[in-house]
Amino acid sequence: MIRWIRQQLGFDPPHQSPTRTIYVSNHFPQYENFVHQKFPDNRMISSKYTVWNFIPKNLFEQFRRIANFYFLVIFLVQLMIDTPTSPYTSGLPLFFVITVTAIKQGYEDWLRHKADNEVNNTPVYVIRSGGLVQTRSQNIRVGDIVRIEKDQTFPTDLVLLSTDREDGTCYVTTASLDGETNLKTHHAVPEIAKLRTVSQLHTLRAVITCHQPEPDLYRFVGQIRIQQNPNNIVRPLGPENLLLRGASLKNTNEVYGVAVYTGMDAKIALNYKSKSQKRSSVEKSMNTFLIVFLEILVIEAVISTILKYAWWYEPSYNERTTQEKNSSRILTGISDFLAFLVLYNYIIPISLYVTVEMQKFLGSFFIVWDLDLYHDATGQRAQVNTSDLNEELGQVEYVFTDKTGTLTENEMKFRECSINGIKYKYINGNLVREGVTDGEKYTFTDEEKMFLKAISLCHTVHINDQEETRRSNLNSVVDSSSVQYYAASPDEKALVEAARKIGITFAGSSEKNILLNEFGKEQRYKLLDILEFDANRRRMSVIVETPEGKKILFTKGAESSILPLAKTGEIRTTSVHVDELAMKGLRTLCMACKYLTKKEYEELASQLLAARTSLQHREEEIANVFNLIERDLHLLGVSGVEDKLQDKVPETIEALKLAGIKVWVLTGDKLETAISVSLSSGHFHRAMNILELTNQKSDTECAAQLQRLDTRIKHDHVIQHGLVVDGTSLSLALRGHEELFIEICKNCSAVLCCRMAPLQKAKVVRLLKTSPAKPITLAIGDGANDVSMIMEANIGIGIMGKEGRQAVRNSDYAIARFKFLAKLLFVHGHLYYVRISHLVQYFFYKNVCFITPQFLYQFFCLFSQQTLYDGAYLTLYNICFTSLPILMYSLFEQDVQPHILQNKPSLYKEISRNEVLSLKRFLYWTLLGFCHAFIFFFGSYLLRGDDASMMGNGQILKSNRQLMSGNWTFGFLVFTVMFITVTLKLGIETHYWTWINHFVMWGSIIFYFGFSLLYGAIIWPFLQSQDMYCVFVHMLSSGSAWLGIIVIVVACLFPDVLRKVFWRHARPTLAQRSQLMEPNSGITCMESICCYSRGETVCSPLRRILDQIMGRCKPLRVNRCWSDLDPCYTNDRSILTLSSMDGSSNASVV
Amino acid sequence: MPPVSVGDWCLTTSIILIDRYLSRGGGKPASSVERSQVVTQGLRHYVKTRDQRTIGRRVCFLSVSSKTVLEMSRQRDQAVLKNKPDNTAFTQQRLPAWQPFLSAGYVLPTFFLLGLVFIAIGLGLYFTSNNVIEIELEYTGRSPNSSCHHCTKNDTKDCKCNIEFKVDKTLPGPVFMYYELVNFYQNHRKYGVSRDDDQLNGDLKYLKEPSEYCFPFRQDGQNRPIAPCGAIANSMFNDSFVLYKVNNSEISKVPLNSKGISWWTDYNVKFNNPKLDNGTDLKQAFEGTVKPHNWPRPAYELDTNPENNGFINEDFIVWMRTAALPTFRKLYRRIDDGLQPGKYLVEISYNYPVLSFNGQKRVTFSTISWMGGRNPFLGIAYLVCGSVSIVTGIIMLIVYIKYQGQNIRKVE
Repeated sequence: MIRWIRQQLGFDPPHQSPTRTIYVSNHFPQYENFVHQKFPDNRMISSKYTVWNFIPKNLFEQFRRIANFYFLVIFLVQLMIDTPTSPYTSGLPLFFVITVTAIKQGYEDWLRHKADNEVNNTPVYVIRSGGLVQTRSQNIRVGDIVRIEKDQTFPTDLVLLSTDREDGTCYVTTASLDGETNLKTHHAVPEIAKLRTVSQLHTLRAVITCHQPEPDLYRFVGQIRIQQNPNNIVRPLGPENLLLRGASLKNTNEVYGVAVYTGMDAKIALNYKSKSQKRSSVEKSMNTFLIVFLEILVIEAVISTILKYAWWYEPSYNERTTQEKNSSRILTGISDFLAFLVLYNYIIPISLYVTVEMQKFLGSFFIVWDLDLYHDATGQRAQVNTSDLNEELGQVEYVFTDKTGTLTENEMKFRECSINGIKYKYINGNLVREGVTDGEKYTFTDEEKMFLKAISLCHTVHINDQEETRRSNLNSVVDSSSVQYYAASPDEKALVEAARKIGITFAGSSEKNILLNEFGKEQRYKLLDILEFDANRRRMSVIVETPEGKKILFTKGAESSILPLAKTGEIRTTSVHVDELAMKGLRTLCMACKYLTKKEYEELASQLLAARTSLQHREEEIANVFNLIERDLHLLGVSGVEDKLQDKVPETIEALKLAGIKVWVLTGDKLETAISVSLSSGHFHRAMNILELTNQKSDTECAAQLQRLDTRIKHDHVIQHGLVVDGTSLSLALRGHEELFIEICKNCSAVLCCRMAPLQKAKVVRLLKTSPAKPITLAIGDGANDVSMIMEANIGIGIMGKEGRQAVRNSDYAIARFKFLAKLLFVHGHLYYVRISHLVQYFFYKNVCFITPQFLYQFFCLFSQQTLYDGAYLTLYNICFTSLPILMYSLFEQDVQPHILQNKPSLYKEISRNEVLSLKRFLYWTLLGFCHAFIFFFGSYLLRGDDASMMGNGQILKSNRQLMSGNWTFGFLVFTVMFITVTLKLGIETHYWTWINHFVMWGSIIFYFGFSLLYGAIIWPFLQSQDMYCVFVHMLSSGSAWLGIIVIVVACLFPDVLRKVFWRHARPTLAQRSQLMEPNSGITCMESICCYSRGETVCSPLRRILDQIMGRCKPLRVNRCWSDLDPCYTNDRSILTLSSMDGSSNASVV
Repeated sequence: MPPVSVGDWCLTTSIILIDRYLSRGGGKPASSVERSQVVTQGLRHYVKTRDQRTIGRRVCFLSVSSKTVLEMSRQRDQAVLKNKPDNTAFTQQRLPAWQPFLSAGYVLPTFFLLGLVFIAIGLGLYFTSNNVIEIELEYTGRSPNSSCHHCTKNDTKDCKCNIEFKVDKTLPGPVFMYYELVNFYQNHRKYGVSRDDDQLNGDLKYLKEPSEYCFPFRQDGQNRPIAPCGAIANSMFNDSFVLYKVNNSEISKVPLNSKGISWWTDYNVKFNNPKLDNGTDLKQAFEGTVKPHNWPRPAYELDTNPENNGFINEDFIVWMRTAALPTFRKLYRRIDDGLQPGKYLVEISYNYPVLSFNGQKRVTFSTISWMGGRNPFLGIAYLVCGSVSIVTGIIMLIVYIKYQGQNIRKVE
C-alpha cells in the first residue's frame, strides 16, 4: 500500500520491464501468481489544468515569473509594515494582471479541454464478452479488440489483427501524423488475418510482447504468440503491423486491432513534446532593463533612508506614539527602507509583461491575416505557432535555408537519364537518345527495358483504389485514362509516371505481386521481398520473380551508395554522367540489378526472416543482411529529375543580401546539384569566387585547406567569395578548427553546405548562434530533416511543403512559399521590432516620469514617505490611464509604409543588432524620463509659489476668494502635467495615426479628466480619507494652473521635438527618408530635403517654406530614387544581374 | 492588339465578368493564373456551343461563362476562400491614417508661431504679476531687536506684540491677509494622515470613536475621545491678528472679513458639525469628547457665530487643508475695502511656538490679479519658452538651408 502511494506520488518509479505483455481481448492466464501490468486508460490529456487545480497551479506558474513575484513581495510588505500607500495600490494592479493572464490561459486550456473531450468521447466499437459493444474512446483498455470502419481515425495504437480484405492488408493515411498523404499498407499476421468475425476473434488466444512505448513513429518491435492447439505460433510484429493513433483508415471497409499503447502512451501523445522556450533579444533586453531599474529603485530607497536618518528630527507638532519611540533604531531603519521601496516600487512597470503579451498575441494575427503571405494555389495562410518571436523577425542576421522544397518546388519532373553509358533525354513522353535528332520510332534495347523495369518495380508508389479512381474520374475533366499515383517520395512518383509515359506502366501491386503493363502487355511479377529505404543506406531494393521465373534484385538509391557496390556495367561513364546531370541541377538516382539463383535466394531469404524476427538488435541484424544482399550489383543507369525553383527565389535571396542578411544554403543534396541550384537561385552568382572545402579526408589536410582559403580571402578582398562545404569536411573542420572556419565563413558572402545530415544542419546553426557575436539566426525548411535545424535556430520557419507537416509543427512560423520570407522579415519583422522596442522604452520612460517626482517630494517632506499622488492614481496610472494608447501604438504603428519596407531591404539594416534597445537609446529614454520628472516637479513647485498664489482665480468662479492650495492640489498638478506629457510624448513617437490611435489617445485624456472629476465629485463612503474631494475642480478653476500645465508640457516636449527635427535634417536615417517616399494626402505640403530637382538656388527652400506657410505649394510626389547612394531595390531581375556584374573579373566559376 | 471580333468581344466581356467575380472582396484584380483557369473553362463551353447560330452565340456563351463563373465561385468559396484572409483595411494594416513627420517644413513655422504666442502671454503674465503688491512682515521674534522677542520667552497666553508697517500705494480691495509658516512640515506623512474625515463630517459614531490614524491624539488619558482628533487639529495655528490704521496717533481698527476664506466645498460639504436629533446646541453634541490637548478652548467655543463654530470654523478648515511644502501661507482674513496709503499696525496675539522646530512666522498682505497672487514664475516661464522657441527656430532655419544646399550639391 505504501509502495502504491509512493508510486502514485512519483517517488518510486514503478518497476518497468523493458517490454510489455498484452493479452489479446484481456484473456489473462489462469495461474495464481499472475501480476497485472498497469496501463493508463485511453484518455488524451493535452490540457494543463483541471477545474480543481486551475487556481493554485496557474497562480504558481504566474508567480514563477520574476516580475509578478516582485509585485507579490511588495504587496506582502505593504500588508506587513506601516506603509505610505495602501496595499490596494499594488494589490489591485497585480490582481488585474494576474486575472488577465489567468483568463487568457484558462481560455486556452478550456479549448484544449473541449478538444480532448471530443476526442475522448468519440464512440468506438470494442469486443467485450463475445459481442460488439459501443463505448467511448476513453474507455478502451490495453488488450481490447477494437473495430474500425472506413475513414475512421484510430482511437489508440493498435496491432492489426484482421481486415476485410483477403490478404489481410489495409490502407492507412498518416497525413495528420507526419503529413504524408500517400496511402500506406499495413499487414495483419497471416495466421490471424483469417479471423474476420467477432466470434472468431473472441476465441483468439494470443499474447503480444512488445517494447514499452517510445516516441519514434516508425519503430515498433514486438512479437505475437498465438496459442493454438497443438503448439504456439510466434510471429514478429513491426511498424507495418501497427496502426497509429491519429492515422485514418482508407480503402478498407473495416479492420480489427488490439490496443497496445493507450492514452498518453500512444506514439502521437509521446510526440507532443513541449518545445523549448525561445526568448527574443527584446525580451532579454527587457529583463536587463528591469534589473537596471530594480537597482535604481534600491538606490533611491537607500538614499532616502540614509537621508531620513541624517536629517532626523521629529517635529514637536507630530508626536510619535510610545510604541514608535521605544522601537529599536535598526528595526525602524529597515521598515523605513521597505516603506521607501514600496513607495518607489511603481518604477517597475507592472503592466509591462501583460501588455507585451497582449501585443504579441494580438499582433500575431496580422501575420496570419496578411494576404501577401497567403498562397492562393494551396489556400494556405501563414501560421504563427509562437507569438513570442514576432520582433525577432526584424533582427535576423543569418538565414539558413534548406534547398529541396524550400528554394525549389519539390515538384519533380523526369528530364534526363543515362542508361548503360548512353545519355537520353525525356521529351514529351519519349526517351530520345542523345545525338539522335529524328524522332523515328525504334525498339527498346534490353538495357533500356531493364532500366525502365527497375524504375517501375523498385519503388514505394501506390495506386489509388480502383473503385475510388473510377468514381473520381467520372467527375474529373483532366484525363480519364490516368491512374493517380501516391508516393512518399516525389522523385519516385516522377520516375514511375515517366516510365508510364514511355511505355512501362505500373498498374498496381498487392502483397505478393506487382502488375506491370509492358508496352501493352500485362506482366505479373512476384514480389518476394522488399528491402526498405533507410537514411543510412540511402537506397532501397526489391527482389522479384519475373514471369519467366528468374529472380532479380533491383536496387535504387543515391549514387554514392550504389556506385561503390556496382561490379559490372558502365560504371565509369555513368559516374561521369551523374556529375553532368547534377551540374544541370538535376537530382540523380542510380539503378542497379542483380540476378539471383534459386539457392542464393533461399539462403538470403532465411537469413532475412531470422533477422526480422529477432527480438534483440533487430535493426543491426537486418542492416547486416541487407548489406549482404546488396552487393556485386550490375549498374543499369542513372536518372535525372528536375526540381523547379520556386517563384521569386532569386529576388528574395537578393533582397535578403541587400538587407545585410547572410544566406547559407544547407542541403543534403550532391555538391554539383547544390551548386547549380545555388547559381540559379542567385545565392551564388557568376562573378563570385567560389572556394571549396570538400572531400577532406583527414584532419591535417583539412587544416591546410582552411589555411589556404583564409590567405586567399585575406589576399583578395575586393571580390566576393562563396564557400562550398560538404558534410564530411564540415565535421572535420568543426572538430579542430572551429574558429578559423567561422572566420572564413564570415568573410564569405554566401555559404553552401551540401551532403548534410539533419543533425549536422543543427550543428552549423548552433555554431553560428553561439559564436561570440551571437547573431540572430533563422532556419527555414520544409522537411523532417530540417526539424533539428528549425528547433535550434533563434527563429524556425517551416514551409508548408509536400514533405509532410513535421517542419511546420516544430516551427515558430510557417509560410507557404520561400518568397514570403521577404515580407515576413522586412515588413512584419521591422514593424514588430520597432513597435515592441518602443513599447519597452516607453514603458520604462513613463514610469520614471511617474515615480521620480515622488522621490523628489521626499526632500520636501522630511523623508516621511508622504505620497505625492492619491492611492487611486497610483493604482490606475499603469492599468487605466496610460495602458491603451501604448498598446494601440504597438499594434498599429508603421514608421515606414509596408510597401516601401518591402522594396527597400536596406531599411532592415538600420534596426539590426537591437538598435532601438541599444544602451545609448535606453540611456536617452531614461534620462529623458528623469529630466521630464524634474521639469514636472520643479515647474509645479515654482508655479505653486507659496500655496496661496496659484489659486484664487476670481474670474472663472466669479468669487473674490484667494484660496490656498494644499498638498493634494500640488500632487494633482504634477500628475496632470505628467500624464499629459507622457501621453503626448507617445503622440510624438506615433507615425501612423489611425482612428484607433486618435480614439485611445484623446480618449485616455478625456477619461482621465472625467475620472478625476467624478472621483472628486462626491464623498466616497468607503474611503477612509476624503483627500481628493473637489481638489481637481478647484485646480481646474484656476487660470494659472491651466497656463502652467501648458507651459510645462511644452517645455518638456519642446527639446524632444527639436532634437527630432534637427537630426531629421542634419543626418536623416534611411527610414526617415523613406517615410517621405510617398507623401499621402495629409502631408502633401512637405518634401524631403533629398528630393530636389537640379538647378535650384539656395534661396528656393526659403521660398518654399513661405509657400508652405501660405499654403501655395503643390503636392510633390516622389516616385524616383532620391539618392544614388543607395539604389532602389526593384523586383526586376535584369537590374539585379547587372548590378552584380559590376565587380566582375575573370574569377573562377564552377 | 488584334482587331476585336465578336468572339473576342465575348471574351473581353467575360474577362470583365470574371475579374468582377474574382475581386469581389474589393481587393487586387485577379491574377492571370486565376483568370486563365476560368477562361479555359469558359472557352471549352464556347467551343461546344460554337456551331449554334451567331445570334444565339453571344448570349449563349455569356450565359454559359457566367454560369461557369458562378459554379466556380461556389466551389472556390467552399474550398479555398474558406482559408483566405479577409481583405479589409484592418486585417491588411491599411487603415487610413494621418502620418505626420516632424520635418522642418512645418515644424519651423510652428516654432515661430508658438514663440510669438508665448512671448505675448508671458509679457502679459509678467506685468500682471508685477502689479500685484505684497507686504510681508516677519514676527517670529528670534532676534532680540524684534518687537515680538519678548513673547518667545515666557509661556503667557495671548502675549501681545505689535508690528508697524507703511503702505505707499493704495492696495485696491480685496486685500488678502495671510499668515505664513516656514519649516513647518504639514506634509509629513504621519502628520498628514492624523485626522478623521468622518468625524469632521459630523458623523456621530466617529465623533465618539475616532479613527486609528489619529493616534496618539485619539483619546486623552482617561480614554475620552478627542474632537477633533489627530495631530493636524492639535497643532492648529492659534496666533491672532488685529489690524489698525494709524492716523496721526489716532488709531482705528480696520475691519477684517473672515467669511469665505476656505474652500466652498470644504465649508459646505466636507466639514459638518455633529448634530443630535433633538436639535440641541453644539455643546451638547460634543458631549463626551475632550478638546485637543493644545487647544485653549474646545471646538464648540471657537467662535460665537454658530455659522463659524465647531468643525465649520473657517480658520480650522483652512488649517486642515494641509500644505504641500514646508513653507506655506494660509489665508487669515480679507480686507474688502483695500488699504489706503499710510501707516498701519498689526497687533499680534503670540501663542504659537515655532522656535522649537526652527520655524518662522510671517503675516502678509497681498492684492491679487486675475491669475492669482504674486508669482513671476509663470510669466518668466512663458517668456523663456517663447524666446527659446524663436531662437531655435532661427538656428534650425539656418541649418535647414545649409544642409539643403549640401544635399543639392551631392545630387549634382
